Amino acid sequence: MEKILLPDITNFHLIDVYVSNGGYNAAKKAFSQTPDEIIDQVKKSGLRGRGGAAFLCGLKWSFMPKTTDKPKYLCVNGDESEPGSFKDRQIFEFNPHQMIEGTIITCYAIGAKTAYVYIRGEYHKWIKLLQMAIDDANAKGYLGEKMKETFGTNFSCDVYIHKGAGAYICGEESSLMNSIEGKRGYPRVKPPFPAQNGLWGCPTTINNVETIANVPKIIEKGWEWFSKIGHPKHPGTLLFGVSGHVNKPGVYELPTGTLLTDIIYNYAGGVPNNKKVLCVIPGGTSMPPIRGDKLEGVRMDAESLKEVGSAIGTGGVIVMDEDTDLVKILARIAHFYHHESCGQCTPCREGTGWLEKILKRIIAGKGSTSDLDLLITVANQIEGNTICALGEAAAWPVKFMVERFRDYFEARVSKEINLPVANKVHSMRQTAFPLADVKN
Amino acid sequence: MNFKFTQANLERIEQEIKKYPVRKPAVMAALYIAQEQNGFISNEVIKEVANVLAITAEEVLGVVTFYTMYHQKQMGKYHIQVCTNVSCMLRGGYEIWNQVKNKFGIDHMGVTSDQKFSLEEVECMGSCGTAPMIAVNEEYYEDLSKEKVEDLLESLKGSN
Repeated sequence: MEKILLPDITNFHLIDVYVSNGGYNAAKKAFSQTPDEIIDQVKKSGLRGRGGAAFLCGLKWSFMPKTTDKPKYLCVNGDESEPGSFKDRQIFEFNPHQMIEGTIITCYAIGAKTAYVYIRGEYHKWIKLLQMAIDDANAKGYLGEKMKETFGTNFSCDVYIHKGAGAYICGEESSLMNSIEGKRGYPRVKPPFPAQNGLWGCPTTINNVETIANVPKIIEKGWEWFSKIGHPKHPGTLLFGVSGHVNKPGVYELPTGTLLTDIIYNYAGGVPNNKKVLCVIPGGTSMPPIRGDKLEGVRMDAESLKEVGSAIGTGGVIVMDEDTDLVKILARIAHFYHHESCGQCTPCREGTGWLEKILKRIIAGKGSTSDLDLLITVANQIEGNTICALGEAAAWPVKFMVERFRDYFEARVSKEINLPVANKVHSMRQTAFPLADVKN
Repeated sequence: MNFKFTQANLERIEQEIKKYPVRKPAVMAALYIAQEQNGFISNEVIKEVANVLAITAEEVLGVVTFYTMYHQKQMGKYHIQVCTNVSCMLRGGYEIWNQVKNKFGIDHMGVTSDQKFSLEEVECMGSCGTAPMIAVNEEYYEDLSKEKVEDLLESLKGSN
């Protein structure tokens, strides 16, 4: 299979190598068309956002007002802080120019003259790498005033990096905009939506780094080509970040709709010591977990995962083997969301703390069956009652982990049931097997 | 203690301001630069950043306290950050956390008496595929084992 985002070309991150492989030709092609034609192609391609919500990218662009006297902005979201997600850094490191080219095309499509790439502050190295790529693109005339001459167009745009400073919530689009404005990263109440009232009250579009990096290829090779890759309702490839108990953790670019078992047992080399799988979180810690005995046939795309009661998120697959202490894992997840709650909404600020406290009580051996019901009650009272989706992100893992592993959790709070026995109930396949659907 | 930006740093801040239609967004970059120059964010730093950007000290303080990477006290020369979030935890993140803690006898946000080391338990750093990890100041160390951590800490101890 051809890789769209991370091709196997040596030194592809260097501008000369990128250009000699046809780089920046897609932008040139885009400038020979109208912005509406670009939006139309991206719409037809079926490209969906790679940041978690899997929203249709072209549709999002079309929300931008056509006539306005205000400047428009593009924000490229590289905050990447969801535990289990480590894909955008691969793009910054190995294919930054495709993202820059995607940014140029997107700016043209939505009429923005300025784009901010928001990168989490901890990514010092990747900020430097992307800044070098941006500087090169400026020097070679692919960005800024000089791009008018290079591309033979009267459009120009600038790309800047805005460095975050350690706050998970800034990956939420309205929080991200507040952070760019130099404020505390509090999410905003919607509506108004960013396309009407975004950065400094101006029309703004926010797209994930990986989403933007797909755009040049769609323009270059056509929307029909893209729409035929992977699952028809969620086409393209995804950068699956596989972590936890696998032999070969890492980022794998695979078509949407790839079997989860293929990702775990073949690409990621299976589970160390041939242990069984207890639990898999398919898209970063905020997504509902899947039991080890429900992995067969699960395909990794937004639609298929919805059918099995989970979601694609950022494609960060976290694998846990049969000896994992799920209560400790869940308590750690709860601690994370408690730590990262911005504190604006009471259900989230207080609720996340209670989730953590109850789970720690269970770890301490003082839990009871009623605590399991209490966890679900608290989670239900957070979900849907907050300004932003961090509420759901905190509630889902707790709610679904306890619901789906009820027998496991009951074993933990009961003194009569032997934990290792209860644990084995969920486990299944031990070894690798032939690839089901590799399309080369 | 009075704080003034050096001329070179003032110029760096002016470069940052050019990215935006107003001065305020440069507060995040200005705080990084101030932390680099002063070691940590003191009240004087906050006043000076506010002064340079023509915003209020309260606005600057709000930013300082919201983001975890601005420190309001002097951290060690080597600020050691250990990730213990899920992907690292599954691959021994807590063993490494305990190892570093015991080595220096300090806990979360603690600083050694010689000011050489400080320790922070951090949330996911995006090294899940190369877990477990430690960051020392701005540098990531990934795919760690107990031995590698020991070597790293010893080499930092030996350096000046």
